[in-house]
Amino acid sequence: MERGMTSIVKTTTRLICGVVFIFGLYLIVHGHLSPGGGFAGGTVMAGAFILLVLAFGDDIRHLRIIEEGSSTLENLAILLFLLLGVSGMAIGAGVFFGNYLETGQAGDLLSAGIIPVGNILIGIEVAAALFTVFLAFVIFKEEEQ
Amino acid sequence: MILYILCFILFLVGLYGVITRRNVIKIVLGICIMEYSMNLLLVLIGYVEGGIAPIVVKGVEDTNFVDPLPQAMVLTVIVIGLATTAMLLAIAIRVYKKHGTFDIREIKNLKG
Amino acid sequence: MMKAWIPIFVILPLAGAFLIPIISRYFSRFGRILAPLIMLILTGLGIMFFFREEPVLIYHIGGWKLYKGIPVGIQFVVDGLGVLMLAVINLVGFLAAFYSISYLSKYTGEKYFFALFCLMVAGMNGVVITGDLFNLFVFLEIAVIASYALVAFGIEKEELEASFKYQVLGGVASLFVLLGIAIIYWQTGTLNIADVAMLLRESDSSQVLVFVQILLIAGFGLKAAMIPFHAWLPDAHSSAPSPISAMLSGVLIKAVGVYAIMRLFFNMFTMNYEISMLITVIGTVSMVGGVLLAVGQWDLKRLLAYHSISQMGYVVLGIGMGMVILSVDGNRAVAALAIFGGLYHMVNHAVFKGLLFLNAGAIEYKTGTRMLRELGGLSENMPLTASTSLSASMAISGIPPFNGFFSKLIIIMAAVQGRFYLMALLAVIVSIITLASFMKVHRYAFSGVPRFKNKKLFGEAPFTMALPMVVLALLCLGLSLLVIPSVRNIFLTPAVDALINTLNYAKPILEL
Repeated sequence: MERGMTSIVKTTTRLICGVVFIFGLYLIVHGHLSPGGGFAGGTVMAGAFILLVLAFGDDIRHLRIIEEGSSTLENLAILLFLLLGVSGMAIGAGVFFGNYLETGQAGDLLSAGIIPVGNILIGIEVAAALFTVFLAFVIFKEEEQ
Repeated sequence: MILYILCFILFLVGLYGVITRRNVIKIVLGICIMEYSMNLLLVLIGYVEGGIAPIVVKGVEDTNFVDPLPQAMVLTVIVIGLATTAMLLAIAIRVYKKHGTFDIREIKNLKG
Repeated sequence: MMKAWIPIFVILPLAGAFLIPIISRYFSRFGRILAPLIMLILTGLGIMFFFREEPVLIYHIGGWKLYKGIPVGIQFVVDGLGVLMLAVINLVGFLAAFYSISYLSKYTGEKYFFALFCLMVAGMNGVVITGDLFNLFVFLEIAVIASYALVAFGIEKEELEASFKYQVLGGVASLFVLLGIAIIYWQTGTLNIADVAMLLRESDSSQVLVFVQILLIAGFGLKAAMIPFHAWLPDAHSSAPSPISAMLSGVLIKAVGVYAIMRLFFNMFTMNYEISMLITVIGTVSMVGGVLLAVGQWDLKRLLAYHSISQMGYVVLGIGMGMVILSVDGNRAVAALAIFGGLYHMVNHAVFKGLLFLNAGAIEYKTGTRMLRELGGLSENMPLTASTSLSASMAISGIPPFNGFFSKLIIIMAAVQGRFYLMALLAVIVSIITLASFMKVHRYAFSGVPRFKNKKLFGEAPFTMALPMVVLALLCLGLSLLVIPSVRNIFLTPAVDALINTLNYAKPILEL
């Protein structure tokens, strides 16, 4: 049996998944200027990866390796986010999550201190977490058969 | 005012689903409906008459904004709801594998 | 200064929870070293906070100061009640983590256990130190979702069913709490506990606030396992692995159930006679119902779980009586005595119920069963377990000189002085039935001839399981010292003051 879905789905996925990924990245990076931010952008980015696995399918050994890597990436992203908060205690105002990078003009892309950095880390974390949950379900189902 | 009452009715519909349905997946869906109704209620609470979206645009003076705090709350509640649903479904599929059925009236090993 | 160490209570377990799975791939014993170490550091820090310089320590996250007298950020607040809860949570957590070093040899997936354990402790620490309503909800969800996963850790049939039932009921309760918080935000326009306290005192209480209070009692009451919301507790606490049962029964139902009720109803809402009587009646019904349901049980851990409902009924009874007396402007000394009894019993219950569950775990580890009819004669084979279990049973039944006697006596004295004669009589009767129930446990499990199948499994529990049990048994005796006035003024009187003088929480936060 051929793996994955029909060829219409596969072709459309090849065209679309890059656009979805870039859109998710846009939502994350512009989180301090327009609605979105880490959570929403991370979910859309995870959607791009999940679309790939759903459309093309994969064998279970490869999926297990990917799941381990995704889980490690998620843990690392959260540790870096905590480090960002703790670094606020060391530099600048000396409080947890103190905003110590410069805040520029409202409306610029590089403004608002540590908030864009936090958004990027949260975006990576949410995307990795959603992808890990999805892969865990798929591996559980493949193991049964 | 009617919108708040409709949100509350949606909450009660979800609660009815959790209480009366027998299939495990329908119970999970009932909890999801309750969460959606909570998100709607939170966004409704922040509404200001004639307000616009709370985004600061360069060159425009501060105008009548909708309350942005409930919108931040809703983002967090959506992610918490995701974690809750993922936990429930993970346990539900393992229950199916061990007991062989999705009917909660059959899954009654613990009594007393 | 001490203020800067407050976020450590949340940062350190959170960092540990996400570090353990990464490093355990290369270094597989890492979890069982790091988790007890983190808990030990937190316990030391918590006990150090008893000797702080100011009575209320406030930490502004992100450095957001007050803007024209309105708190605009999230604050972490440590007052007398908070530091008491922190010390209890982290001490019992350390002993349970140390115990699980050898208990987990029967399970696979050890790294996930310690990661989830640290996550649960981070959530509980966050609940007791936060000063913001929505932050309370987020930390509550973190702690509770970690506990759902820990209850189902063994992936047997019964554990999965218990975890599913716990999750559905717990999820509905969390949504009730969220609905209550949303309506509070709607009425007052702010989420900060101190700010809401001030605003609610300026306007009078309307029908909507009574509805909110009932929603919050339903939501937090389910987390605190009050009757009629208790249906999840016997299954969840008896099917979980034993150190997790000790944590759930000993700490989680207090930190996210009773603590939230105390903080919100004393320091935030204005006192209302009907709501206070409702809380007192719920406490009394739980006290009586829990012990009556416990008497007929033959499964050791299920019996202990029903007794948890009964003892938490004592705590809620003490707190409720204090609220009733304060709401009618009665004798403040009697109210202080009732609240003191309730808080003291909460601390005692964490210690002796934790010890009882660890004992049940040691019995199950060595003999493979926990049904009382199949055990017997364990006092020759496992002398340490038998003697610590005897001291815990005497403590829970209220026999002097153990700690349970003093706390139950104080609650009964406060009930008599406050003219709650029926509650005092029921408390005495429940105490006698508790004694009968634990005499049954000792007769079947420890004395008599051995009845269990595999007689080769003699011997005492390993060292890492025996040491926490001995420490808790010594604490059962040592906590009796808390009635001495000089000792109690350091530990318990600040907590009682923080609740009785209801604006002692809001004023330091707003006038900064």
